[in-house]
Amino acid sequence: MDLASISPVLLLASLMVAATPILLAALGELVVERSGVLNLGVEGMMITGAICGFAAAVETGSPFAGFIAAALGGAVLSLLFAGLTQVALANQVASGLALTLFGLGLSALMGQGYVGIKPPPTPRLDIPVLGDIPILGPILFGHDVMVYAGLGLCAAIWAMLKYTRAGLVLRAVGENHDAAHALGYKVVRVRVMAILFGGACAGLGGAYISLIRVPQWTEGMTAGAGWIALALVVFASWKAGRVLLGAWLFGGVTVLQLNLQAAGVAIPVEYLSMSPYLITILVLVIMSADRSRAPGSLGRIFHATG
Amino acid sequence: MLKLEQRPEPSRLWTYLTPPLAVAVTMIAGGALFALLGKNPVEAIATIFWEPLFGEFAFYYGPQLLVKGAPLILIAIGLSLGFRAGIWNIGAEGQYIVGAITGAGAGLAFYPADLWVVFPVMVVAGAAGGWAWAMIPALLKVRFGTNEILVSLMLVYVAEQLLAAMSLGLLKNPDGFGFPGSRNLQQYAPAHNAELVAGTGMHWGVVAALIAVIFAYVLLNRHVLGYHIRLTGQAPRAARFAGVRPKRLVLFCLGTSGALAGLAGMFEVSGPAGQISIDFNVGYGFTAIIVAFLGRLHPVGILLAGLLMALTYIGGEIAQSNLGLPAAAIQVFQGMLLFFLLAVDLFTNFRIRVIRPETA
Repeated sequence: MDLASISPVLLLASLMVAATPILLAALGELVVERSGVLNLGVEGMMITGAICGFAAAVETGSPFAGFIAAALGGAVLSLLFAGLTQVALANQVASGLALTLFGLGLSALMGQGYVGIKPPPTPRLDIPVLGDIPILGPILFGHDVMVYAGLGLCAAIWAMLKYTRAGLVLRAVGENHDAAHALGYKVVRVRVMAILFGGACAGLGGAYISLIRVPQWTEGMTAGAGWIALALVVFASWKAGRVLLGAWLFGGVTVLQLNLQAAGVAIPVEYLSMSPYLITILVLVIMSADRSRAPGSLGRIFHATG
Repeated sequence: MLKLEQRPEPSRLWTYLTPPLAVAVTMIAGGALFALLGKNPVEAIATIFWEPLFGEFAFYYGPQLLVKGAPLILIAIGLSLGFRAGIWNIGAEGQYIVGAITGAGAGLAFYPADLWVVFPVMVVAGAAGGWAWAMIPALLKVRFGTNEILVSLMLVYVAEQLLAAMSLGLLKNPDGFGFPGSRNLQQYAPAHNAELVAGTGMHWGVVAALIAVIFAYVLLNRHVLGYHIRLTGQAPRAARFAGVRPKRLVLFCLGTSGALAGLAGMFEVSGPAGQISIDFNVGYGFTAIIVAFLGRLHPVGILLAGLLMALTYIGGEIAQSNLGLPAAAIQVFQGMLLFFLLAVDLFTNFRIRVIRPETA
């Protein structure tokens, strides 16, 4: 065992990378849940985004095209969920599970020809002067575009929810859909748009795993990241800023256990691999004391009778 | 203009009609998918649904129906109790794995003793393992109000790692030349869950599944606990006034479904699978969710849905070898089934009215 081989700077730098997929997916789900919809299909949308992005990037040779395709793939899949829950008024828990089961199968089917291929590399954004700062440089300024896109998205969603009219409408729909409907807001339309946004974000998160973090395609490669993203939203008490904190926490745990595996700690690898899931449970337990923050209409079916 | 009108109560006719309708729509959509993959859709659908039952090798595939159906039914029966009460155990796959580990572990602890008591002990250990694994989300929900969906699901990934650790460590076959995986229980007679009648696929797991169906039917229709489960699902507030204790219901529903999933895992590892190995679990715990919904959360419905889903597994394997249909296509097919079922369920709860726009 050689703990000295773990470099704190590299650890923090890879933490930012490990946090990005769950951050993207959780931010999307945050918007969905703030509109009052519980979409348990994040895992399915992520894995679909992962393969859509991977396939598009390999075919076109451009990782950028890959991310666009991933967002589209995730959004299209989430449209199925939107149809089920907003038009056919189906149970949201069951529909979300259906989406995950379907997405896992669909991605395996689509990914058959892509096993063992390397995707085109995503260029790192080496910011000239800032990247050369010792310690802070590699941690903060030596990443790919998507890391900063995730951070930017986090700030944008926070500002949107807090300061804009659109954010206010979204929250109104999520807190009390009957009141929002009475005020003349289009509840179903707002929710469908939120679901599509959530799908696109989950797709991006999935593509980040298959194009940058791993980078290759294997079946079921998201390995529960979508579910961790769902837990993250609860952990964050439905606040954008706290999603970022949570994503860093989970990213940190993941990276740390990988480093411990590499350093040859005396604990078997399997037990170390359990740790992100166990930490998720632990955090859920701690956070579930405070349930007051959940959007009022979360998971309830809206059917306008008037 | 079309308008949805909520029915005062769910339509009985549509309740029975929606599962076959969903299957029919899935066949059409699935056929389209298979056509996209360059296969003859009619042939593919016929291979999946006809071949295992009436084809040339039906004598071989028929028994498989029971072997594959039993774990699905056993798990789905347990899940349906919770689903009815709005308690979502999504982690049956994890409970299935842990039940297999504890069941096989108990059996292997006796190796090579030749005692009749070994198998009963394994049954108890398997059920207890699944039960204990399900008690984690149950107790956390009761004590801290933690979301049982997320906790039970996270525990699936933990269980998968535990399975890997067991097949590489504690339960590894000492005579296995270093290969991962436990001793084969099929070669240890007292622990072998053998066919009860040769050539039928009938093993103790099938018996347990049938008992579970009857037990669930009696519970839901004739017992006050079953009434409380149904009441909680339909009107949680009224249930509390009626004296239902929601916490006990959570413990009961999650515990029962965990124990049944654990049993399914134990019967699988001691019979058809034979040994604990890294890739022991094949997703029965997740497919059982589809089975539970397709069976309308009704014990008899689940029995039929479980057999149908087993058919798609077997037919899928045949289509894989005969037509070169990818295994993932069957997974998509099963996923679609749940989708269409949820979609056509609209007709159960709502009436579609054609209304003319009113003129002022």
